Amino acid sequence: MRIICPLCGDRDRREFHYYGDAVYADRPGEGAAPEDWDAYLHLRDNPAGETRDLWYHELGCSAWIEVTRNTVTHAVLSTRLVAARGGDGPSGGDISGKMKPAAKRRGKTA
Amino acid sequence: MPSLIEKTACNGLLPVVAGGVSLSELPPARITSVAPLAGKDRAVGTALKALGLGWPAPGRSVTKGAAGCLWTGRGQAFLIGADPDGLSAIAALTDQSDGWARMRLSGPGAEAVLARLVPLDLRAAAFPVGAVARTGLNHMMTVLSRAEAESFDILVFRSMAASAVHEVQQAMAAVAARQSAG
Repeated sequence: MRIICPLCGDRDRREFHYYGDAVYADRPGEGAAPEDWDAYLHLRDNPAGETRDLWYHELGCSAWIEVTRNTVTHAVLSTRLVAARGGDGPSGGDISGKMKPAAKRRGKTA
Repeated sequence: MPSLIEKTACNGLLPVVAGGVSLSELPPARITSVAPLAGKDRAVGTALKALGLGWPAPGRSVTKGAAGCLWTGRGQAFLIGADPDGLSAIAALTDQSDGWARMRLSGPGAEAVLARLVPLDLRAAAFPVGAVARTGLNHMMTVLSRAEAESFDILVFRSMAASAVHEVQQAMAAVAARQSAG
């Protein structure tokens, strides 16, 4: 399995560490309902098909990456920096692309 | 004043030569991690240009003589062999001079040696002079760069120096053995 790091390019899977579902990057905001926290911490889909999860380029550039892949075919469909989810976009040079507070980014209710 | 003996990271381990490939320690140089503060990317680029260098694109380096600026991650580069003049107010600077072991692997078979340890395509077409990669040297983190057509610079954590020399030496011996076997 190979994963495309948005910064380093095509790399071997051994350079990456798997963290978990991409929902971990969508931390509920301050004052969120207990149900939101329950969903954030415990409720996970187990799809036969497309899934999104977080990988860390551990033996590489230390970037957090959101990987969209297919659990049936093992195809890696797309990758992007977690920092790019904030909307500022990756630049490879900047460290300013910090994640926005989850409350602002969450368009939908859980 | 106590008299302290300065030792390099690979003291007593290098150089080693096998099959026309040599692994030697690079001379000690100042290493500074440069991380531009928020919104200061351009200012840092300008300050580095004043040093005759510049901010490197991902996977690249900018060199001038013995000095170089290597991309080492998102929003981070290593300034090697130059003082970080004019950067302290616009970037987070960390002195890492003693934190790394720096080695150079040179010779016609250098690519073949690294092919046994590094999970990257290191042929000149894919990894030309000036290219930099943070990747694994077997199980070790490394910052690898191609300094010349047949020379690679290898950086590993100083504490890993002996392991890195051992690994590369083994690979050099294996490649040399295959050569002599024809």
